[in-house]
Amino acid sequence: MSDFARDLRLWFAPRRIRQEGETPDYRFSLANERTFLAWVRTALALVGGGFAVDQFLPDLRWVARVSLALALLAAGALCALRAVNHWVRCERAMRRGEDLPVSRFPALLSLAVGLIATIMVLAVLLRRHA
Amino acid sequence: MASPPGAEAARDPGLQPERTKLAWRRTTLSATVAAVLAARQCVADGSGDPAGLLGAALTLLVWVAFLAVAHRRMRALAAHRPPALSPRAAVAAALCTVALACCAIALVA
Repeated sequence: MSDFARDLRLWFAPRRIRQEGETPDYRFSLANERTFLAWVRTALALVGGGFAVDQFLPDLRWVARVSLALALLAAGALCALRAVNHWVRCERAMRRGEDLPVSRFPALLSLAVGLIATIMVLAVLLRRHA
Repeated sequence: MASPPGAEAARDPGLQPERTKLAWRRTTLSATVAAVLAARQCVADGSGDPAGLLGAALTLLVWVAFLAVAHRRMRALAAHRPPALSPRAAVAAALCTVALACCAIALVA
């Protein structure tokens, strides 16, 4: 947890990042930035999916619709925050010349999206035949 | 901005700044789609009540904030050797996404 608190301080302190290690080739920083943006787009897509479930599946029961929408929205918010944290950690690792941080977040997110998609298919199919 | 002489020769053949700029552009498009869905949700019942209009206005504000962050960064990327993204811009972009998600949670629940 103290690790996370230290990372969190880095979010708001550009100078503290620049004090560490050496500035890497600017192209590496740009690649890191594009990865960050790809995660932000993933987060935005999840948020958009949450809105879409609520707006375009009005036939679903209230509980099913709201819980699917909330799951997608929570995943989106989590994904956005984690994108910043991972970007900061990669930036710092590159400045220090360390290995890039590994993470189980992509695997967990894929499992969550797969699960939500399966539930959604079942919910839509069962609704049609009811 | 006038490029220094010899900039053409020193230009990155991998076009990294251009690719990063296009990545920001794609991200603003995604943000626009999410913001449109959010605004649609706010005024969905068609009654035009103040709460819905306020929600739509807040959504618009978040969208404009995101565009401003992206615009600043895209201008910075036009430099010869662009500086790294500042954490403040990264946090701002992520917080706009979280704000849209919170707006959605308030509307759905």
